Amino acid sequence: MRPRRVLLNLAALGVLVVSVFPVYWMVLTAFKPTTDILSETPGFWPAHPTLEHFTTAVGTPGFWTFWGNSLSITVGAVLLALVVALLAAFAVARMRWRGRRAFILMVFIAQMAPWEALLVSMYIVARDTNMLDKLSMLTLIYFMATLPFTIVTLRGFIAAIPPELEEAAQMDGCSRAAAFRRVVLPLLAPGLMSTSLFGFITAWNEFAFANALIIKNQDDRTLPVWLSSFSNVFGTDWGATMAAATLFMLPVLAIFLVLQRRVTSGLIAGAVKG
Amino acid sequence: MSPVPAAPQATRPRPRAPEAAPPPRPPRRSRPADLWPYLLIAPTLAGTAYLLVYPLVRSVVISFQHFRLGELIRGGAEFAGFDNYAEVLGGAEFWTVVRRTLVWTAVNVVLITLIATLIALMLPRLGRWMRLTVMSGMVLTWATPVLAATTIFQWLFQSRLGVVNWLLVTLGFDSFKDYTWFADGDSTFVILVALVVWQSVPFAALTLYAGLTTVPAELYESARIDGATGLQIFRSVTFPILRPLFGLVTSLEVIWVFKCFAQIWAISKGGPDEATTTLPVYAFQIAQSLHKYDLGSAVSTLTVLILIAVLITHLRRMLKHEGEQL
Repeated sequence: MRPRRVLLNLAALGVLVVSVFPVYWMVLTAFKPTTDILSETPGFWPAHPTLEHFTTAVGTPGFWTFWGNSLSITVGAVLLALVVALLAAFAVARMRWRGRRAFILMVFIAQMAPWEALLVSMYIVARDTNMLDKLSMLTLIYFMATLPFTIVTLRGFIAAIPPELEEAAQMDGCSRAAAFRRVVLPLLAPGLMSTSLFGFITAWNEFAFANALIIKNQDDRTLPVWLSSFSNVFGTDWGATMAAATLFMLPVLAIFLVLQRRVTSGLIAGAVKG
Repeated sequence: MSPVPAAPQATRPRPRAPEAAPPPRPPRRSRPADLWPYLLIAPTLAGTAYLLVYPLVRSVVISFQHFRLGELIRGGAEFAGFDNYAEVLGGAEFWTVVRRTLVWTAVNVVLITLIATLIALMLPRLGRWMRLTVMSGMVLTWATPVLAATTIFQWLFQSRLGVVNWLLVTLGFDSFKDYTWFADGDSTFVILVALVVWQSVPFAALTLYAGLTTVPAELYESARIDGATGLQIFRSVTFPILRPLFGLVTSLEVIWVFKCFAQIWAISKGGPDEATTTLPVYAFQIAQSLHKYDLGSAVSTLTVLILIAVLITHLRRMLKHEGEQL
């Protein structure tokens, strides 16, 4: 019994190290002075922490512009997807209507949509509808990319809330909308949180479309595209590159650390039901 | 784009009516003539039409046209029948890319599923503290943005200063001194697999673990009393119960890995020597750098068809499973 326990914990430790080390190494490098980064034997803890690389990264022309672009696109896409998905999920989970099954099927198929295969035609569609080189086009694409998942997950969460609760509220004089807002919406909070987090990560991350659709106006690039060209900007300045990557990861990391437990359980619940 | 409908209107709480007779019970299901559900799904339909169906149709149409840089600028593309498909399917390169994409998908999905299953089985056997720590570590991995992870892996495998080479040399593999991973096709492929597996395992492991926790403990106990070994229990109890979940996870991973673009493009742009050119990368190369939009669209269409063929059996089973829930 004993050696099995030890073995198990060793395996767990291995998983932990492999999961965490790359991220640790990024943050550590970002805080190391260049002389330490260039040293033959790597140091595994911050011996001489410095902020110079962060100053370099933030001081790059346009850093805050790209940061702002990414943030506004992401937040816009997530909010749009939440509102639209909430309406559709409610219709699917609470109402019976002709075409409901077909609609659910459509959502499932849309979830598997070959987004990357649409790069070329999306470029042409964007150009034909006068949306090329526009951040709003990216917002719309990210909205659509996260919408099916959001609908499926929210449908699961809504279906898990007994309709009797709403009926009781309606008997107490609430309208249907008010019953939804006062009864269902609060119970839906964890679901809304985990789905919007998923949307946030998807949109914050997206590279292919941002890379292909923003061509003329380089000020309208997003952080992932900028980060991918960072090595060209800085050559082999790995400290600054890692500082930039750390700053790029920061918003997602911050949200995760705050919401971790709830988000994990929410996502898991959604995945199992979904 | 369709206007975004307002969120459900907030109404002030109405005082409870003091009457004795309860109001008639509201109908549980909406009336057939009710327009509400259709209004509620209208924005979804509009978005799907403009941002998914239309580009998809457009892509297929372009794949049957002569559509190069000139047509892109001037318009007036002419239909070319199956010419583009003949050109793509007739070339040896396409089939090399298809084979590579299938290998890429198989290697990644097998590794992801295997490692994720092992971790999922490990988690419930750990102490509470250790379990939470490992899960948090995996959530951290999962939360790492794709492009950040890509940059990190480039740094980990950097030839002279990369910590991986240092570790390998320290462990006695001296041939890895200053080894340039990204100069060689095979080793670039290996790094891309490592990156994708590292990023994908957490979701699969956490999902499978969540599924495991729903398996009734009595089933395990009775199996153990019957003298079943761990592997037997997994084969005859755990796996059959979780089969739909395993199916869901693997098919999602197949889709994600097959379509994977950002990591490959950011790290190698399909190189060196085309060693990491998978179908999505190939389609993009043709369209973006060669301006052969028609051939690019043909490759994209074929990509989708191949993906559907790969998934069709599973898709059918999943829809059947969903059908029971409807």
